[in-house]
Amino acid sequence: MTEQLDAGLVARQIAESGRLGAPDGGHEVGRARRRKEDARLITGRTTWTDNIQLPGMLYVAFLRSPMAHARITRVDVSAARAQPGVVAAYSGRDVAGEQGSLPCAWPVSEDVVIPDHPPMAVDEVRYVGEAVACVVATDRYRAADALESIEVDYEPLEAVLDMTEALAEGGPKVHETGNQAFTWKFSGGDIEAAFRDAPVVIDRTYVQQRLIPTAMEPRAVVATTDGGAFTLYSATQIPHVLRVMLALTTGIPEHRLRVIAPDVGGGFGSKLQVTAEEVLCLLLTRRLGKPVKWTESRSEGNMTVHHGRDQIQRISVAADRDGRIRGVRVDLLADMGAYLMLVTPGIPILGAFMYNGIYKMDAYDFTCTGVFTTKMPTDAYRGAGRPEATFAIERAVDELAHELNLDPIEVRRRNWITHQEFPYTTIAGLTYDSGNYEAATDRALALFGYDKLRAEQADRRDRRDPVQLGIGVSTYTEMCGLAPSRVLGSLSYGAGGWEHATVRMLPTGKVEVVTGTSPHGQGHETAWSQIVADALGVPFDDVSVLHGDTAIAPRGMDTYGSRSLVVGGVAVLRACEKVRDKARNLAAHLLEAAPGDIEFAAGEFRVRGTSEGRTIQELALAAFAAHDLPEGFEPRLDADATFDPENFSFPHGTHLCAVEVDTETGAVRIRSYVAVDDVGSVVNPLIVEGQVHGGIAQGIAQALFEEAVYDTEGNLLTTTMADYLIPSAADLPEFVTDRTETPATSNPLGVKGVGEAGTIASTPAVVNAIVDALRPYGVRDVAMPCTPERIWRALGGDGAAAGWAGPTEPEGGAR
Amino acid sequence: MIPAAFDYIRPASLDEACHVLDDAGEEAKVLAGGQSLLPLLRLRLAYPAALVDLGRLPGLRRVEDRGDHVFIGALTTHDEVLRSPVVRGHVPLVALAAATVADPAVRHRGTFGGSLAHADPAGDLPAVALALDCVFVARSAGGEREIPAAEFFVDYLEPALRPGEVLLGVRVPKLGEGWGFHYEKFHRTAQAWAVVGVAAAVRTVGGSIEEARIGLTNMGPTPVRARAVEAALRGVTPARPNGNGAAGGSRDPLRDACGEAAEGTAPPVDLHARPDYRRHLARVLTYRAVRAAGA
Ligand SMILES: Cc1cc2nc3c(=O)[nH]c(=O)nc-3n(C[C@H](O)[C@H](O)[C@H](O)COP(=O)(O)OP(=O)(O)OC[C@H]3O[C@@H](n4cnc5c(N)ncnc54)[C@H](O)[C@@H]3O)c2cc1C
Repeated sequence: MTEQLDAGLVARQIAESGRLGAPDGGHEVGRARRRKEDARLITGRTTWTDNIQLPGMLYVAFLRSPMAHARITRVDVSAARAQPGVVAAYSGRDVAGEQGSLPCAWPVSEDVVIPDHPPMAVDEVRYVGEAVACVVATDRYRAADALESIEVDYEPLEAVLDMTEALAEGGPKVHETGNQAFTWKFSGGDIEAAFRDAPVVIDRTYVQQRLIPTAMEPRAVVATTDGGAFTLYSATQIPHVLRVMLALTTGIPEHRLRVIAPDVGGGFGSKLQVTAEEVLCLLLTRRLGKPVKWTESRSEGNMTVHHGRDQIQRISVAADRDGRIRGVRVDLLADMGAYLMLVTPGIPILGAFMYNGIYKMDAYDFTCTGVFTTKMPTDAYRGAGRPEATFAIERAVDELAHELNLDPIEVRRRNWITHQEFPYTTIAGLTYDSGNYEAATDRALALFGYDKLRAEQADRRDRRDPVQLGIGVSTYTEMCGLAPSRVLGSLSYGAGGWEHATVRMLPTGKVEVVTGTSPHGQGHETAWSQIVADALGVPFDDVSVLHGDTAIAPRGMDTYGSRSLVVGGVAVLRACEKVRDKARNLAAHLLEAAPGDIEFAAGEFRVRGTSEGRTIQELALAAFAAHDLPEGFEPRLDADATFDPENFSFPHGTHLCAVEVDTETGAVRIRSYVAVDDVGSVVNPLIVEGQVHGGIAQGIAQALFEEAVYDTEGNLLTTTMADYLIPSAADLPEFVTDRTETPATSNPLGVKGVGEAGTIASTPAVVNAIVDALRPYGVRDVAMPCTPERIWRALGGDGAAAGWAGPTEPEGGAR
Repeated sequence: MIPAAFDYIRPASLDEACHVLDDAGEEAKVLAGGQSLLPLLRLRLAYPAALVDLGRLPGLRRVEDRGDHVFIGALTTHDEVLRSPVVRGHVPLVALAAATVADPAVRHRGTFGGSLAHADPAGDLPAVALALDCVFVARSAGGEREIPAAEFFVDYLEPALRPGEVLLGVRVPKLGEGWGFHYEKFHRTAQAWAVVGVAAAVRTVGGSIEEARIGLTNMGPTPVRARAVEAALRGVTPARPNGNGAAGGSRDPLRDACGEAAEGTAPPVDLHARPDYRRHLARVLTYRAVRAAGA
């Protein structure tokens, strides 16, 4: 790394590239504003859930199953109850009557099986880490100690760990109904015709390993009641959805339940959940009449935060000799884990429309089978379905290029939708509103020095250099900005995808924005302030943004699926427009002009052609004073707005990765990484840069480092961060980033989501690069994560023929 | 991730520490930087009745040049070790290895003595202590004794310290003129433990290896002194490396010699590597370490 990653530097780079709005030009949107929330988040001078202390608070600890699959024959918590400081201890049976079943809000198909999912297991445990009992004590240390005196007898049942075996007849069953959770099919065009007589067919199987979302802040819950009403604080991404679901699950009436997401330290989808611990903390506070708190440890989290990915993808691509893709067929096995949680079965479905990527083709066919195993349930993890799809198609297109002896960029060019063809309705039925794959790719190639790197690669191959160079391409698009409510409904999702905002001018001219999005690190307070500053002509610093508390921000659909700006930000803009209209009417009244003669600029309403005017701040005060208002004008300058998009947003881009693979050890070093993303118009380039960097890091992590490993008994082996490796800045290259800006046509800001793009794009770029480096050795694939050992084995390092002094010689001619 | 209850004792003098430990017997554990012990407690893999914190003891946190050797006090932190001009000047292999330990936060807390007393074969310093034939100085209520490195690492996480014994520090012999050093650590992320590490001290004369000392990290239940490869390296004249650091077309005798690096090892299986791969790495990394040490 030649430069340190630093916000100031990034801002300078962006400024130099001319993309920084003029500081005094009045335009906040487009400015690389430093985030106003960062000081408090970074210094920790804020309220994280675990910081909350309430009078008389008790602490909860959960005893978790050490068995992957077993019948519970006895739970005895009496000894725990007798421990010092212990207030209560309960088994699953003790709460069976009131704990209900954790919800699944996405019954994807007619045949979906949604098993009962008690927050604490009652009769049977189905994964290691499932809660079987709990202790409530006067401090967290005593609660942890008392867990050791709970006795549980288990009658072991066979673990179900392998999806293919799980689907075979006669094996052990996770649930009585069997191991198939659902099947889901989708197709467009005539797939038989596309494959019939196809001159080239690429048929590959890829494994999306299981991942553990690792947010900086572990999950934490505080629940309290005054006897009638309940408040739940949770490190959650979804306070609004949570409130509805908890009301339905626990029977606490919705109007008696307030949910607060204080500042939340990251989620990546893992906090898009209704968790057992949230439900149980509510029940415990109801039973005991005292506030209770639970904060997970990292090891507990690794076991019981819902996991991500875990799919086996069979993808077939039929093509003509010139590389033109005729059709794509996908057969997917998706590991649900032991239960269907909030959107578990929907995750692979979110990928179903993306396996065609940015390419035109005649036919597409997708089948997905959801499979139960005795593992932690899977659910949303950054990208949710789209990284998997993008990986498969981008890997397969590279294989197609190799098969046809074409440059991987060239094969893509021959197939992608050209910029003149937008809006374009794909074979999967989505209408991509805008994009320019040529521009992003050309820019990326130039920044990368593609030709020079290819030359170096050829040279290293010729020299049989033990360090080989590989180049990986990923030209991705994705669907995000969840989502048009109508579309969600047609996919059997349990709710809509609108977003809500309130904008109110305070008497002193300051502005409060109430948003239904629930930021947990994304910088909404800054971005929303920029939007408001421009729309109302007020200073950026005069705007504050309220969020995450259902009593303060009563309406919202929260934050996930790269939706906050494209849906919630637009709602903020709409609310500002309504405030402006009201202010215009008031100005017209006070200035004795027709509303149509009032112009608005830089925060001031003027009678056209005069210097007569009122600032928006003056109007806010006038509305508050209410001395002289138009007929029927309510004494406030505020407005609500809800936005429900008509389409998804489709960011795209081209990522190029160069890796050096040490063929003697199998070690991979990323030499350079170029990302040119098109996320439409940009509200804050610094925030976009941050999302892209973090996203790429997370995608690289899947390619090289992360994997949740269960042993043959179903024990999770990666319970600590010594075993579950996540990269730090020291393990990552400097990212060279740039953007093309093709505004979205589906929203007035022209924005597309950016939260997941980097993750979606980067994983295949890295793996394609590794395979590209190793092709001369006959390597066609390396399973993720591409560990040094796996690469060494792929090189035949463990074969009898190979000496230690290096891998087998390259198979002669390179590509 | 919450330890079971334990007593905490922070003695003010070494005598008091020895006394307290003597009374407590096997029930007590010495606490230095806590970077290895606390994780064990938090995972409830260890249940000591008492922790005896050496943190405030005077005199154990220092580096001294003592003529033919350097004395490193047990409580000297990794960060102090790697910055010490005495260590860098006279026993650079120690500094090179300490610099690869974990990350700055851990290096500011974790101690040299704790790393060795923990006797973790995956730790970076034990292999160095073995390769350099360090001498461990320990003290108990019964008096002081010396333990040669070759006898210190008894088994996995089992040092030759007796219950009640405190490691005071380590004598690291200066090897004198003509020696080159290198610690080659292979790990998956910058903060991670070594999959395999090789500590090499090599003396070359006129392009030939006169003497080599090789210590291996994470190649068995204890750190390993790789005697077979040391013997094979003696007298070897390595081929001149080509531009890539690897020998060109013709066979490199150094490479052949390094083929012995995994002899007599019993490498572990874990999530990061299986034994055959570790053996392979030991050979490749020994080659690289010996090269980097000047051969
Ligand atoms: C995240 C992380 C990553 C790490 N990575 C690495 C790495 O890459 N390489 C590496 O080598 N190490 C690594 N470590 C371990 C680190 O080097 C520790 O500092 C070291 O292992 C123990 O030193 P300590 O002072 O913390 O000892 P403690 O944890 O306090 O004690 C360790 C053991 O030694 C005993 N002990 C300590 N001092 C004495 C003494 N003076 N006399 C008698 N017994 C004593 C204790 O009783 C205990 O059994 C890592 C640690 C962490 C937390």
